[in-house]
Amino acid sequence: MTSLLKRKRARVDALAESAGTSLAADALRRMARSPVALLGAFLVLAFLVLAVIAPFIAPKDPYQRYPELLENLRPDFIPGAQPGFLLGGDELGRDFFSRLLVGAQQSLVVGVGATLIGLVLGMLIGGLAGAFGGWVDSWLMRFTDIMLSIPSLLLAISIAALASRGSQTTVIIAVAVTTVPIFARLLRGAMLAQRHSDHVLAATALGVRRRTVVFRHMLPNSLGPVIVQATLTLATAIIEAASLSFLGLGDPDPSRAEWGLMLGNSQRYIDVKPELAFYPAIAIIIVALGFTLLGESLREALDPKNRR
Amino acid sequence: MLRFIVRRLLQAIPTLLILSLLVFIWLRSLPGGPSGALLGDKATPEKIEALNKVLGLDQPIFIQYFRFLGRILSGDFGSSLISGEPVVAEIGRALPATIELSLAALLFAVVLGIPLGYLAASNRGRFLDNSTVIGTLVGVAVPVFFLGILLKQLFAQDLALFPPSGRQDVTIDPTHVTNFAVLDGLLTQEWDAAADALWHLVLPAIALGTIPLAVIVRITRASVLDVLNEDFVRTANAKGLQATLIRRRHVLRNAMLPVSTTIGLQTGLLLGGAVLTERVFVWGGLGSLLAQGIERRDYPRLQALLLLAAVVYVLVNLLVDISYAIIDPRVRAS
Amino acid sequence: MLQFRTARRRWLAAIGLTGVVALALSACAQSERTDDSGAGKVGGTMVFGAAGEPKNFDPIFNDDGESFRPIRQMFDTLITYKRGTADLAPGLAEKWTPSEDGKSWTFDLRKNVKFHDGTPFNAEAVCFNFDRWFNMKGAAAQSQMIYYGDVFEGFAKNEGDAAGEPVYKSCEAKDEHTAVLNLTKYKGAFPAAFGLTALSISSPDALKKYDADNVVQSGDSFTYPAYATEHPSGTGAFKLEKFDKANKTITLVRNEDYWGEKAKLDKLIFKIIPDENARKQELKAGTIDGYDFPSPADYNSLKSDGFNVTPRPAFNILYLGINGANNPALKDLRVRQAIAYAINRDQLVKTKLPLGAEVATQFMPKTVAGYADDVQQYPHDVAKAKDLLAQAGVSNLSLKFYVPTEVSRPYMPNPSEIAAVIADDLKAAGINAEIVSRPWNGGYKDDVQKLGKQDLHLLGWTGDYNDAGNFIGTFFGREKKEFGFADQGMFDAIAAADAVVDQGKHADAYKQVSRDIMAKYLPAIPVSHSPPAIVVSSKITGLVPSPLTDERFDTVSKG
Repeated sequence: MTSLLKRKRARVDALAESAGTSLAADALRRMARSPVALLGAFLVLAFLVLAVIAPFIAPKDPYQRYPELLENLRPDFIPGAQPGFLLGGDELGRDFFSRLLVGAQQSLVVGVGATLIGLVLGMLIGGLAGAFGGWVDSWLMRFTDIMLSIPSLLLAISIAALASRGSQTTVIIAVAVTTVPIFARLLRGAMLAQRHSDHVLAATALGVRRRTVVFRHMLPNSLGPVIVQATLTLATAIIEAASLSFLGLGDPDPSRAEWGLMLGNSQRYIDVKPELAFYPAIAIIIVALGFTLLGESLREALDPKNRR
Repeated sequence: MLRFIVRRLLQAIPTLLILSLLVFIWLRSLPGGPSGALLGDKATPEKIEALNKVLGLDQPIFIQYFRFLGRILSGDFGSSLISGEPVVAEIGRALPATIELSLAALLFAVVLGIPLGYLAASNRGRFLDNSTVIGTLVGVAVPVFFLGILLKQLFAQDLALFPPSGRQDVTIDPTHVTNFAVLDGLLTQEWDAAADALWHLVLPAIALGTIPLAVIVRITRASVLDVLNEDFVRTANAKGLQATLIRRRHVLRNAMLPVSTTIGLQTGLLLGGAVLTERVFVWGGLGSLLAQGIERRDYPRLQALLLLAAVVYVLVNLLVDISYAIIDPRVRAS
Repeated sequence: MLQFRTARRRWLAAIGLTGVVALALSACAQSERTDDSGAGKVGGTMVFGAAGEPKNFDPIFNDDGESFRPIRQMFDTLITYKRGTADLAPGLAEKWTPSEDGKSWTFDLRKNVKFHDGTPFNAEAVCFNFDRWFNMKGAAAQSQMIYYGDVFEGFAKNEGDAAGEPVYKSCEAKDEHTAVLNLTKYKGAFPAAFGLTALSISSPDALKKYDADNVVQSGDSFTYPAYATEHPSGTGAFKLEKFDKANKTITLVRNEDYWGEKAKLDKLIFKIIPDENARKQELKAGTIDGYDFPSPADYNSLKSDGFNVTPRPAFNILYLGINGANNPALKDLRVRQAIAYAINRDQLVKTKLPLGAEVATQFMPKTVAGYADDVQQYPHDVAKAKDLLAQAGVSNLSLKFYVPTEVSRPYMPNPSEIAAVIADDLKAAGINAEIVSRPWNGGYKDDVQKLGKQDLHLLGWTGDYNDAGNFIGTFFGREKKEFGFADQGMFDAIAAADAVVDQGKHADAYKQVSRDIMAKYLPAIPVSHSPPAIVVSSKITGLVPSPLTDERFDTVSKG
């Protein structure tokens, strides 16, 4: 078990070591040559653009029930495509296509929300540990090690279940908490790697205050690996949020259009209209794939080993 | 070293106490409770209140906690409010189910993953390699439960090749020994039971094993590539050794170290995924026990499960400490 | 290396074996399929998918359908229901006669009936059961006797807080086959309540032998005695063989000494499959022969695959509760009526509730004696709703709408969706209903029934027996936090109706109560009656769905 933990830590630390050593431009140039990175970047960009413009391009109001769709709606029949409704209705007689589009926005909110909260908390812990060292560092890292040793989905499930009232915020927080130790370790490692680097030593020698050193020099240079990890975390955050919805621990409000929620809520209609489950699932898979591709190629690009 | 471990173990006791107290308070301060679930829909608030009194749930939480502690110390973990069965017996049945599923998934991932990773590496840059790499990335992006639902829909419902859920067919009347269904069948020589249990394992194992499979393929591929670049392989090549010999003797063996660590690393991940897989395939493991316990607010069952988790957690903490101590003797002294 | 080889051989053997077994299994299935000797065939095993585990098998300690399903196969009640209806029919008693004041009931018992343990069923056995319930000791045991408490209200010595004055007085065995039950007062629940599954008759010998009263409470949990877990002994058409907890199966076998027509099946297995979707897939895979409460979403797909989906007559109600305690506007009848007019119940029933569901015009289904045809109607009429709100001087009405999650009941297959539709309808009439979701066991019932935090809420009820009091009386018979509605006139009218002994006048009294509730009080809004269905494969015949979910499998055959 210990070796596992070491290994898990090692993976995070390896990424951290790349901090401050790479030049962004150099990395970007290498990424532009990789088709995998380009595909990832394209998917992510498409998702982001969709999320922003979805409310404007959605042909119908995603929250309204339309009489045309309600006409034939039955518990065991959900109308398919018809004029004006590209993909037909959903289980409550709303325009499925518009909801799918708007779902991008809500899924982005969940993914980014969870990642950002995790990032901020993780950076706080990691930054403290990295900046102070000593017993602060040792205790904080022990704490993150223990959190790392709990399977993240189990942790998210426990938090969501024990929060007792499902809501989008609960889901975001449950997923965010699982990412905290990763970010904490990462930032701490990155800052530790720089503590003895020339520019920090120089700044300290020149009598620059500790706070200034940390915020002006150490933090900005640690951001590279953090961004990589955030990209990868976005993918898992969206998947984990969908998993919580599937387990019935998500947001119980059926009017919200979010892919994970749509997937979770449409379980019972899988024989009636499988698209209701499949399209959101495919959307989730594509977005998760996009962030994973982008994150992995960023990681590779930043990896000093790969610099040729 | 031994003294250090003993000291740490003793220190773990207060940690466990505090953890169990926290769990207990958290659980009981949640809205709702088991009485409503126990009495069903016909119960009036008055009847629920009366049952709360019988169960002692109206007492201050600390009194409840000390009573609970007393019972635990005398070895009584209570009975599930849902099934009326001792919680220990329930966990004794569910734990093997979860382990069986996880092992099967791991087996699937390893048996398929190592050869695939190796093949990809030895065909680096070619079609096989590229498609494998993309496949692994897609594999990681698919939610476990969705894959499970897809597999079930396709292979159980449409093609009717595999059973859709459960661990064993009802018509089979197996003898339970260890509660590992396949193992029990083999032990008692009830071959049909063993085969049936194996049959039920296939789809859930694939669903649960896919992410570990993707990870193992990638690690195997990466580490085989690393080893192929090592000097000794180049030397062996230069010496004119037979390619297959090099592979078997040098490459695979050296590449296996990181792979085996990764396999170990996947166990935690499997446990998380198992909850989802168990839900999809109605697998009577710890995940189902937990999910049902939460839904019905089955305090005795949840307490036992969370206590189990706390013990594991403290042990992990202890192992971390020990590993620190091994690496850094100063920790031991402090 | 050698070791590796043998290991591999074993693996191959195992894989080969699997294939052979699969072939053999499919061959079995084939031979069964060709053996089509028609309906009413005797023999065979039926596997029925149950949704949850039974608590135990002692009827008196249970109150949920999952426990009652196996119990109903093993036990009989004094009075039973005509198959497929809620009408009374002779059970273990061939005849029952109330005294003039309804305080004394004489039961003429069936002869030549034996319990599963071989002991005879007679008047003494009946009185033993009633005395056992009345004299039950221990707060733990008493707290579990929900139905007994509902009907008989109190014990010889009340140990819990919830119990009141006992309705039961005594039981005399006049002769071998005549039992006389004496009560302290008449209740409208009689005689229908004698058909409650919880009041099934057990073998006195077995009760004594297996320590049936010994419900032990230790810590937070109960332990039930051997009678309840392993040795239930009734007079029913099936006997318990075993309850395999690891495999989650309850196996019953035919009772060869059954007093009526013997069961056609040799074996009846209840397999517990908590997941709705999994039950459907098991049925489609042929591993089970039927299951209860298929999701309304699956009716079409099940029917097109050749399964028989049979809706039960609806004996339940879903209502939109209104709690006027937190918002004074809701105390105005016109506002409550506006809410009723605002909701498009026809559309809700048509689009979201199972086939055969109906809009509820009052708080009981049609089949209940006391149902009035001429109550005030509230058809969907947004203009009228707005008008009523204006009359009441209410604008910008904003309400907290409590909705349960993690629950599915026959009367509300998917509460979240139903709530979304209702909230949307209310919005169209200018009422803003903010949905507040709470888990069913995680605070919903407390918040709604004990604390009354809501303005609106969804809840429902499945009837226990054919009496209007079981519906209206349960909801509105006294002041409750749930509705925050106190009108002594309504309470008195219900109590008066309940006390009428003559069956015809009893029903008439309730009809008037129902009319008044819909026109004058409207403490809540009746929404719908949804028929819960039962689905079986085409091989199964003879299963008669009951409005009370009181299905007995003795007439079922698999052919």
